[in-house]
Amino acid sequence: MSHLLREHAPITTEGWQRIDDEARERLAPALAARKLVDFAGPRGWQHSATALGRVQPLTMTPGRGITAATRQVLPLVEMRAGFAVARAELAAGDRGAEDVDFDDLDRAAQQLATAENAAVFHGWKAVGIVGVAEASAHDPITLGDDCERYPRHVAKAIELLLTAGIDGPYGLALGPEAHTRVLETSEHGGYPLLEHLREILAGPLVWAPGVDGAVVVSMRGGDFLFESGEDISIGYEQHDADAVRLYLEESFSFRVVTPEAAVPLA
Amino acid sequence: MGFDQYHEPPQELPERTRTFARLCASLTEEAEAIGWYEQRLAVETDREARAIMLDAQGEEFKHFCMDLEFLLRQTPLWREIARGILLQEGDIVEHGEESEEAAVEGAAERGAPVAGSNSLGLGSLRGVAS
Repeated sequence: MSHLLREHAPITTEGWQRIDDEARERLAPALAARKLVDFAGPRGWQHSATALGRVQPLTMTPGRGITAATRQVLPLVEMRAGFAVARAELAAGDRGAEDVDFDDLDRAAQQLATAENAAVFHGWKAVGIVGVAEASAHDPITLGDDCERYPRHVAKAIELLLTAGIDGPYGLALGPEAHTRVLETSEHGGYPLLEHLREILAGPLVWAPGVDGAVVVSMRGGDFLFESGEDISIGYEQHDADAVRLYLEESFSFRVVTPEAAVPLA
Repeated sequence: MGFDQYHEPPQELPERTRTFARLCASLTEEAEAIGWYEQRLAVETDREARAIMLDAQGEEFKHFCMDLEFLLRQTPLWREIARGILLQEGDIVEHGEESEEAAVEGAAERGAPVAGSNSLGLGSLRGVAS
């Protein structure tokens, strides 16, 4: 049995299938980082750290004439978002109900995806993750509220990347507010702004909850490395007569290899 | 009744894995039966008896194919490899090598789940529409 203890939950095989399907459906649109950065793994739940290939020399050693160094690693972080499903709703699903209430699962999926995006793009100091935007070697470009100027800002960002010798294709992570403005806007002549931005990027434009503003990144590969230990899974916590408490869980590390390969738009 | 299809203690196996093991055992039995009928047919001279055995062997072909299809549906990587080998013209070994390489590399690139994992199998979402 895995550490997720799924077999202990009072949930039928079909019920688990419905829960897993609902989670996938809710997570996929929101996991913006996975649409833009390199993904390695999953390495499994036992995988605890990413090797960085570097050492930290030690001044104190246990013997004379000895030099020593410790290997540097980036620990994987475990992230969890709990949720509950009413047992009456699970039973309804088993009877064939199409409208099973998974609202709490949907909320947890959104929270986990948002946190993953925030860690990748803005960092997580406590666990040693430096985000794409904060690692960037370029000054942020001011995004502003006038989205008719967004194509100019994105083109400027790409020019900065090209000048630094960073090839495309390029992708754009857009925070929810900026994304909504883009969707709502047609430029002079009625051409959708969304399409114009995609043409400039020659790559995807991604809705990215957890991102402040926007970030243009190169997608040539090798610049932004997400390493998955356990990919997002659902585990069992406890149950009573009314509800089953479950959780979404993953473990990962993230590191920026090329700070020049992204431009933040704040 | 024996539980020989299990290599590990059945009570420690998830239900999905137990079903998978049962169908693997069934697939083996159908293949054995096909082989037995093939041998009987090779030595039987009575026309009517041969007709019955041919009909019975046809049943085993069907059962084998249904078992196999079930197992392939449960195992995307196996299905992907099978797609490059089954019902293809040409060199079987060559198709096997090429198909395995393409499927395994493709799965790794997509961040496919570790064998035995209960993950949702999301992996990399590059190329997934926003």
